[in-house]
Amino acid sequence: MKLSDHRQAIRRVERRLLLKRGLSLGALTMLTGCNLNDGDAVDRALFAMSKWNDKVQAWLFNPNRLAPTYTVAEITQPFPFNAFYPEDDAPDIDASDYALEVSGLVADKTPWPLTRLRSLPQQSQITRHICIEGWSAIGQWSGIPFRTFLEKIGADLRAQYVGFKCADRYYSSLDMATALHPQTTLALDFGTTPLPQKYGFPLKLRVPTKLGFKNPKHIVAMFVTNDYPGGYWEDQGYNWFSGS
Amino acid sequence: MHPIPLRVTHWVNAAAMVCMIMSGWMIYNASPLFPFRFPVWATLGGWLGGAIAWHLAAMWFLAGNASLYLVFRLASRYHPERTPLQRIAYRVVFALFLLAVASGLGLWKPVQLQVLTNLFGGYEIARRVHFIAMAGISAFALGHILLALTQPRTLLKMVIGP
Repeated sequence: MKLSDHRQAIRRVERRLLLKRGLSLGALTMLTGCNLNDGDAVDRALFAMSKWNDKVQAWLFNPNRLAPTYTVAEITQPFPFNAFYPEDDAPDIDASDYALEVSGLVADKTPWPLTRLRSLPQQSQITRHICIEGWSAIGQWSGIPFRTFLEKIGADLRAQYVGFKCADRYYSSLDMATALHPQTTLALDFGTTPLPQKYGFPLKLRVPTKLGFKNPKHIVAMFVTNDYPGGYWEDQGYNWFSGS
Repeated sequence: MHPIPLRVTHWVNAAAMVCMIMSGWMIYNASPLFPFRFPVWATLGGWLGGAIAWHLAAMWFLAGNASLYLVFRLASRYHPERTPLQRIAYRVVFALFLLAVASGLGLWKPVQLQVLTNLFGGYEIARRVHFIAMAGISAFALGHILLALTQPRTLLKMVIGP
């Protein structure tokens, strides 16, 4: 089997998991009168609506509209830890060993050690991180404007997606329009010091125009592509665009 | 005689409302605002991803159907016969509906619709307004359903008309 076939099979299994988890009393009352084997049809309908919402969100997205910013006094103390594993399992990365891998539709595929990343222009923001669970927290991040980074590596800015791979098995991807948004930042610092281990050392993508799970931490590789890269949560059924 | 547009929009609204409230309760459970969670049997979606999928799908049917009802009321000669109490109750629930939709949009798009979110005083206040509107609508729905069940003739009328 080719890898692409595996991905298809995994997505089919995961879509059935979406249904199985949905079979609460609530879902059953919705399906009253339907053969339960029609559950796949319900899943297909929900996915179709999610794709429709992707279109609506892309239409609503204004590349010039900035996320609200806040003052230092408004920063949430302490800023919450959140991941799909407990805090103790956050990856331990050796800064001296680290270099960001760059691949795909880009002109320059040289890796980026931290010193090289820090030599690029930096910008800072204090913005609200909104989790898909509903809670939010205001934090401060500094790093390279991601647009500047994409231009530096000669990325094809007409490509559809930018994908990310992380040291904790996490992965996610953005639409190019969001990647180019002025507030999208390849963050090295949290507050005024380098990202702590629990907040994504050494590199995180801060995207204040999207939900928190589209802000990958512990990034080890990024790539520009026209093949839909998906994401850790997106492949389990969360909406891919998830714009704020 | 209940006209057909009234009856159809009524039941579509009921179905959409049930989907919105039950999926909303599961979303709430992912990060409760208050020291309680809704029982899982009363929720829709199975997990947070599923609940959000239901919530952001049903919202289109809720809003589309409500728009059709609005057009029907403006364009037709239908006038509901209502007691003073009913008039107040329906006005209140309609206001709560508008609050729920507006705060919901402010929660869904706190950056792109930040003007709307800021009308509520920001994201965290919009969350609480959304919950309170839901609580009010749920209280109305409970009373509404109980009253209809004590007068089954009204229930029949909303299905067949006369």
